[in-house]
Formats: sequence, C-alpha cells, structure tokens
Amino acid sequence: MTSDKKQEVHTHKIGVYLWIWGLLFVFSFFSYMVDYINYQGLLRWSLIIFFMFVKAGLIMAIFMHLYWERWAIVNVLLWPMTAIGVFIAIMAAESYYTFFSRMFYFVVGS
Amino acid sequence: MSQFDIEKLPKGSKGFMYDWGSDQRAFKGVPWGKAMMWIFLLSDTFIFSCFLISLMTARASTVVPWPYPSEVFGLTVFGTSVPLLLIAIMTFVLITSSGTMAIAVKYGYEKNRKLCGWFLLATAIGGLTFVGMQAFEWSKLIFHDGVRPWGNPFGAEQFGAFFFMVTGFHGTHVSIGVIFLFIFARKVFRGDFDTGRRGYFTSMKSDYEAIEILGLYWHFVDLVWVFIFAFFYLW
Repeated sequence: MTSDKKQEVHTHKIGVYLWIWGLLFVFSFFSYMVDYINYQGLLRWSLIIFFMFVKAGLIMAIFMHLYWERWAIVNVLLWPMTAIGVFIAIMAAESYYTFFSRMFYFVVGS
Repeated sequence: MSQFDIEKLPKGSKGFMYDWGSDQRAFKGVPWGKAMMWIFLLSDTFIFSCFLISLMTARASTVVPWPYPSEVFGLTVFGTSVPLLLIAIMTFVLITSSGTMAIAVKYGYEKNRKLCGWFLLATAIGGLTFVGMQAFEWSKLIFHDGVRPWGNPFGAEQFGAFFFMVTGFHGTHVSIGVIFLFIFARKVFRGDFDTGRRGYFTSMKSDYEAIEILGLYWHFVDLVWVFIFAFFYLW
C-alpha cells in the first residue's frame, strides 16, 4: 500500500498550470466576446459549445490530472457521459413535441 | 497487499484490460479517497446534467419568449450598459481560483507546506469573492428586478425557477468548497500532513493527497460553471 503511494506522486513544472490558466482566460474571453459582439443563431451556438468543450477538456485533462491517469479510471469517468448524451437527445425530441402540441392546441385548436 | 511497480504495468487500452482483469483493485495507483471523490463527482455530474437538460426542455417547449440573459444580467457602468459584465468577472475569478488550486496541489505533493497553504488560502478567497458576487447578483434580481421562481418581468415564467435552482445549487457547492478550503489551509499551515496528526472527524492520518482530492472537487465546481456559463448565460 505504501509503496504505490510513493509512485503516485508526480509533480509538473508550474509553467504547465500557468499556461492552462492563461488559456482558460483566453477562451473565457472569447466566449464572452461571442455575447458582446452579439453573434446569433448557429454561429453563436457552435462557438459557445466549442469554447465550452475546450475549457472543460483543459480543466479535466490538466488541472484534474486525467491526462496522467491510467485508462482504467479515465474510461470509468468518461463512458457514463454517453448516457447524458442520449438523455439530451431524448429530451430535445420530447421538448419539440411539447412545443408542437402547445402551438397546436393553443393557437390552431382554439 | 500485493506490490506492483506502476511504471512496469501495461499502459493505454492494454492497461485498461489489465487493470480491470486483475483480481486486485481496478484503480491502480489511485488512492481510495481519490477514487471515491471521482465517483462522487460523477454522480454530481448527473445531477447538474439533469438541471441543465430540464432547462433545455423548458426553454425549447415554452411558447412565451425566453428572457435574453445578455440583457437581464447586463450592468450599467459609467452610463454605458455592458452585457453580462458581472458574470464575466465571476467566471474569471473562478478560473483564477482554479489555477491557484492546481498550484496548491503541486506544492502539496512537493511537501512545500507554506506555499501550499498560501495558495489554498488564495483559492478560498477567490471562492469567497465568487459567492459574494453571486449574492449581489441574486439580490439585484430579487429586489431590483422582481424576479421570482414563479414569474419575472422579462418573459417566460420558468426563467426564475431555473435561475435560482441552477445557480443556487452551484453556489452551494462553491460555499461548501470554501469552507473546506479554509479548514484544509489551516491543517496545512499547522503541518498536519507532515506530522501525521489525526483528523478531527475521521481520526485518521492523512497526507498531501488530501489536497489533490480537495482540488478535484474545486476544479469540478469550476467545470460546472463552464457549462452553466455556456448554457444558462450565453445561450
């Protein structure tokens, strides 16, 4: 038990963290600019999603050290996210159906 | 406990098969506390996902226009209105505190007691600033704009309920994190992880890997904010 605790210790140069910190600042600034410049529609949504995933990836990979972890734990953490993806797809379909029936009964049906 | 040299174990997908196929523990080189924190964070991910997915459902299915967050959360500075100004500052504060936390974890593993403590303290103060600005944001929305969970002057009624629920749940996480950051900063300054002093609640000895576990929680709080910022404020 004690032997693998010692092996677990790995520290990185402080520059790695400062770099990621700076990158997170830059990407946050970009995603804020999306709103400031007031992009709308598909461009707005894709830029927001892109910057969001870049930031999330940097935080998880470097700050949370997932990049240096063994695949055994990385897979356990990332595969369940597909369930969330499926749930998003189901609820998106459901909400469009709700919107359709509301429009139908509120406007057409009355 | 069997001994193994983690450097000699297979890596990548082969390592994944090897670790899960072995009749020992699956998470090699991962202390149990860290594995448990990861599993807690995974469950927390599902809770926040449910909030954000129901936000999507409500927003996509309402026939009333959704309030435009850019204007709702705009601030007027020196006569000009700047969209989302407070939220942007909050985002930068939280990212900064995440950066200082990562550095605190690094110094913890290097057994640099003083620097680890100071960076933990800086992280805690960053978190406290964030919560303070959130309190300002809430009181502005409640007392000035009259936003309630059941209605608001801007548009769809669900807006208030989702705002208070999502940012409130996140703010609670930040507040709990701040409390633990102060507790662990004190423990680090006192030298608990060097002298092997036993914890008050657990009466177990601990070492600097506790700082990494606390760091995982704190980075997760930052991670959730990235998603809330994108889906609630920017969308």
